[in-house]
Amino acid sequence: MDKQAPPQSSGQPSEQPPEQRRYWLDAPRNVDRVVKGVYVLCALATAIELLDGWLGFKHQIHPEFAQTFGFYGVFGFVCYVGAVLAGKSLRRLLMRPEDYYDE
Amino acid sequence: MSSWPPGLLMIIGGLLLPCLPKSGRRWGTVLLPLASGLHLLWLVWGELPDPTGLQLFNQELTLVRIDRLSLVWGTIFHIAALLTAIYSWHVKDATQQSAAQAYAGAAIAAVFAGDLLTLFVFWELTAVTSVFLIWAARTDRSFHAGLRYLIIQIGSGVLLLAGIAMLAGEGGSSALVFDNLWDRFQGGTAGFCPVMLILVAFGIKAAFPLLHNWLQDAYPEATVTGTVWLSAFTTKLAIYALARGFAGADCLVWIGAAMTVFPIFFAVIENDLRRVLAYSLNNQLGFMVVGIGIGTEMALNGTAAHAFAHILYKALLFMSIGAVLYRTGTAKASELGGLYKSMPWTCGFCIVGAASISAVPLFSGFVTKSLILEAAVDNHYSLIYLIMLFASVGVLEHSGIKIPYFAFFGRDQGHRVSEAPRNMLIAMGITAAMCIGIGIFPEPLYRLLPFETGIAPYETYRAGHLISQLQLLAFAALAFTVLIRTGIYPPELRALNLDTDWFYRKPLPAGIRACWRTLEQWRSDAVTGIHRLADPLRKGAHHLLGPGGLLARTWSTAEMVLWVAILLGISLVVYYL
Repeated sequence: MDKQAPPQSSGQPSEQPPEQRRYWLDAPRNVDRVVKGVYVLCALATAIELLDGWLGFKHQIHPEFAQTFGFYGVFGFVCYVGAVLAGKSLRRLLMRPEDYYDE
Repeated sequence: MSSWPPGLLMIIGGLLLPCLPKSGRRWGTVLLPLASGLHLLWLVWGELPDPTGLQLFNQELTLVRIDRLSLVWGTIFHIAALLTAIYSWHVKDATQQSAAQAYAGAAIAAVFAGDLLTLFVFWELTAVTSVFLIWAARTDRSFHAGLRYLIIQIGSGVLLLAGIAMLAGEGGSSALVFDNLWDRFQGGTAGFCPVMLILVAFGIKAAFPLLHNWLQDAYPEATVTGTVWLSAFTTKLAIYALARGFAGADCLVWIGAAMTVFPIFFAVIENDLRRVLAYSLNNQLGFMVVGIGIGTEMALNGTAAHAFAHILYKALLFMSIGAVLYRTGTAKASELGGLYKSMPWTCGFCIVGAASISAVPLFSGFVTKSLILEAAVDNHYSLIYLIMLFASVGVLEHSGIKIPYFAFFGRDQGHRVSEAPRNMLIAMGITAAMCIGIGIFPEPLYRLLPFETGIAPYETYRAGHLISQLQLLAFAALAFTVLIRTGIYPPELRALNLDTDWFYRKPLPAGIRACWRTLEQWRSDAVTGIHRLADPLRKGAHHLLGPGGLLARTWSTAEMVLWVAILLGISLVVYYL
């Protein structure tokens, strides 16, 4: 069976114990940078639609109703939040203790 | 050997593997898929007897049929078997090694089956061999999950056999040819019952809604490597069978759309990351089923391409979470986090898998799922298109973000473990490279597809499609950021969620136990009633024959002589009368 976790000491020795190393995402400032990166990406993905007059790509988007400005952005945001909230409320109905089936 | 089905080498070789020493078995697991792949190449390039068939019960069987459709699945099944064998190089358990090879071989052989009876044989063989990959975890949970899995898989085979028998009964020497059964039904050359039985049999293995839960029940209970094996073959074999037998069946469009949606909600709240991936697998199968239902050349190409890419990125995701499980001993989101520090390579490969399944441009899912979405729009399935768009957002949620975030980032749970073993890293590295390779250069994959529709890769990368997809993904990622930062995103909890398996794990056993108790009560009441009825008789008999009873009493010789004389007298009287 290959499900057993080998002892932690079996790891390759790193140059510095991991506990003492500071990783990039350990700094809250860098996490904020990632979040800002998402904002910028959203802004760019929306702004590029404004260039349609110059680039002329909207006619390639099908079906036609999806050519509305920001359609995919709004759809993505709303569906994501909807899926998470619906899943969250489903928990009240479906969640049981881990030993529910008692096997 | 030209009439041997591709994959048969792996079945025979796999069954013989336990006879080899440990190192021989290891090499065997890698060499068998290679040898089988070469066998397939030889068949493709060589002269194949046509048909490579034999006669059974007046029916012509075609053991080997190689065409463009079967070749897509045959190719990716061999690649998956080789990659998973490399991933499983460290496994010493002969049961797993043997079962995995025989299982993959059976799936390959089933894909090249030209008739339904041959398909049935290999269909059942995949069920029987794959269950050992679940049982090999050797836990009580895996044993029970394996039993449930086996019952359902064998049940699918039984339905298939029933359908086949009915088709054969309808007559004709070509009744069992495995071609488009839906067209035959529509054309009136095949009956409703056999076609529906076969559709349900395929639907069970393809995890149709309400028939799906064997997948989420069993896969996460298999061994680390067993789950990767399982993820590649069973369900994709069913997708192939549907593409072969039910292309253009309208009902599949809606069934597929339902499949893309309902697993999303379960995946959001599931704590076991391997089970999240099983739900995600179910959702991806939905896209393929929609493509089959639409049934046009473009849609079927999309299904074949998506199956090809899906096997790779899904295996990659299962491999990375398998590596996490192997190192930390858990795959539960509530117990994981911060692993990018200890397992950076595994984290990177997981992100590649996540990007591929989320259809991020330049990754494989983008160039394959687009074909199905395009086919839906072209055929005026606007609502289905929107449902699949919603499902795409859902995929990004559970596989694109949740899996990497909770395993490798999120709250650091303090796991300080080694990076995954080298063989796992090699397998994940090659698989990740293929995911990116297909995304950037889709043309070789497009050339392999069943129909030559002249899809040009630049069509997939048209600015309109690229921008709309980027916008969809960016804003979905924004939604995640907002939900996490505001604390609305549901925390990962140590719990399980009920699914359709609840019906056969709780009420069904309880119902059977209640019936049994009722029957036991009836038996007990019947016994009591009989006793009550028989009691006067018993008492009478006891009075007559029991100790001290009339007939059991000790009689004197004189009394006996008197009675004998009386009896003789009576008999004399009777004689003279």
